[in-house]
Amino acid sequence: MTDPLNVCIEQHRSYDSPGSVNSVGWTRPQRVVLANENNPLHLDCGARIAPVTVEFETYGTLSSLKDNAVYILHALSGDAHAAGWDADWEKDKRPWRNKKPGWWDNMIGPGKAIDTDRYFVICANLLGSCYGTTGPWEMNTITGKPYGLDFPVVTVEDWVRLHVRLQDYLGIDKLLAVIGGSLGGQQALAWAMNYPERINAAVILAASARLGAQGLAFNAVGRQAIINDPCFRNGQYYGHEPPSEGLEVARMLGHITYLSSQSMEGKFGRSFQNGDRPCYRLDKEFTVESYLEHQGRSFVRRFDANSYLYLTRAMDYYDAAGPYGGDLTTACSSIKAKLLLIAYTSDWLYPPQSTREVAKAILANNKPVSYIEIPSNYGHDAFLLEYAQTGPMIESFLMRRD
Amino acid sequence: MNNIQRWDHELIFQYIEPGSSVLDLGCGSGELLARLIKDKQVRGQAVETDPLRVSEAIQNGTAVYQKDLDLGLEEFNSKSFNYVVLEKTLQVLYRPMLVLEEMLRIGQVCFISFPNFSYKGVVEKFIQTGRMPVTASLPHQWHDTPNIHLFTLYDFLDWLGDYRVEVVEGIAYDGKNVRSLVLPEDGSEAEELLFVLRFDQER
Repeated sequence: MTDPLNVCIEQHRSYDSPGSVNSVGWTRPQRVVLANENNPLHLDCGARIAPVTVEFETYGTLSSLKDNAVYILHALSGDAHAAGWDADWEKDKRPWRNKKPGWWDNMIGPGKAIDTDRYFVICANLLGSCYGTTGPWEMNTITGKPYGLDFPVVTVEDWVRLHVRLQDYLGIDKLLAVIGGSLGGQQALAWAMNYPERINAAVILAASARLGAQGLAFNAVGRQAIINDPCFRNGQYYGHEPPSEGLEVARMLGHITYLSSQSMEGKFGRSFQNGDRPCYRLDKEFTVESYLEHQGRSFVRRFDANSYLYLTRAMDYYDAAGPYGGDLTTACSSIKAKLLLIAYTSDWLYPPQSTREVAKAILANNKPVSYIEIPSNYGHDAFLLEYAQTGPMIESFLMRRD
Repeated sequence: MNNIQRWDHELIFQYIEPGSSVLDLGCGSGELLARLIKDKQVRGQAVETDPLRVSEAIQNGTAVYQKDLDLGLEEFNSKSFNYVVLEKTLQVLYRPMLVLEEMLRIGQVCFISFPNFSYKGVVEKFIQTGRMPVTASLPHQWHDTPNIHLFTLYDFLDWLGDYRVEVVEGIAYDGKNVRSLVLPEDGSEAEELLFVLRFDQER
């Protein structure tokens, strides 16, 4: 029997080349300063931060009425490079972009579900991340050294506040839609709640109003791995050897939470790395071990350990109903956007039941909502892998004009 | 178009006022609601349990909430929809009474259509062959039917009486024509039935 995960990964690898009619082609990141001393960004933690640079990309053409903009929201390890091929990968020292298109290239492009012939697509890197937007790696103008752990704690709501600044900068009064999976889905929900007049629709994949205790626990262990790496140096490792071992373990742990028991059984089972018998050693023995190590190693080449700390913390803190005494129905009462919520049956990081809670809260406000549980074995990663299932739904949802 | 599958659909479409709110339970691919949204600008919400159907209905442009009706509809507020629709679905439910009660609670007007098990075509087949009847409106074999709670017109009328539900209209499909309900004849003459119900909780 063909292993579905392998098939899917293979499909994943048959990318649309830059010259393909279905590719947005070569892309270039743009950078803009959206907060300065006169106009700092106010954060939930009470701090104000300035300057703030945001790296973003756009694909397609903004209509003269500026009514065709779709804002894509990336998750924990994502970036602004959502589609196409980065023409600046060498200049920006991002060699991992050389052989791969943007992270949602199978969804975004001419003739694809998020059709760039039709929509003006925006994606921006998050505050605290490490792909061009201000983060812990950046020089703190006050101390003259990189922020490190002096970087303020950021929240999902802070990110949305900054996204809205980019929306203003681009002169878009109302976005046609915001779309995000996982941590991106939480931004979409926060956007719908906090800026109801600024969006028409929101698509939320594999996300919910808050992360459960199990998810908090996994994030905590991941952060401990980073902090306890001898290279961590209390976050001031820039210019030195970074805490790669710790970040690698954090990513390995995180990766387990993105897969499912079924997909791991299907892909690796108990197969040995070398042949079909044990070598009686403690070093990597099972293929699942070397797979995780590979995932960890390729991650540390492209991600900053401090960013991992800050982004997982934002993921932890997000609780849509928190400011409403835990009442999600009241929290959702401000929402005006039409919503499409997509959950995946084997996702145990944001299980379907947790996504359903959001749908129930919308219904309790007498508002229409679409909620679907897509049968999938891919776990949380399904939001990236099941594009053949989700694509047509998102495509028609974007075309709805009610 | 298969007449027997769609006659109730058409009547419900005609009945519903433009600009009203409609909850369609067991919406299938969402054709009814998609049409109502497009042609009558209703506030529409559908509920469907099969993810393939949910996906189709989303692609047809309706708001669909995936849920098994047998689990109840607690997320919907009382009297929050002008109309609640249940087309030929009651007989497939594990807990039909729960769903009926929920419909009466949520909607001002309810549409319920169902195949009539005491239809003469069904009864005759049953007697003549000694086997579970297979007809146009009951097209399945005994072992693969989704219809786990088949009932008759009079079973349904008993329930209406027990709950003191007001019948706005009863409509029968007799295998050829769609017409007003005639009692007692339609106990055996009606192949399928559509009821338009109103329920005032104050009574």
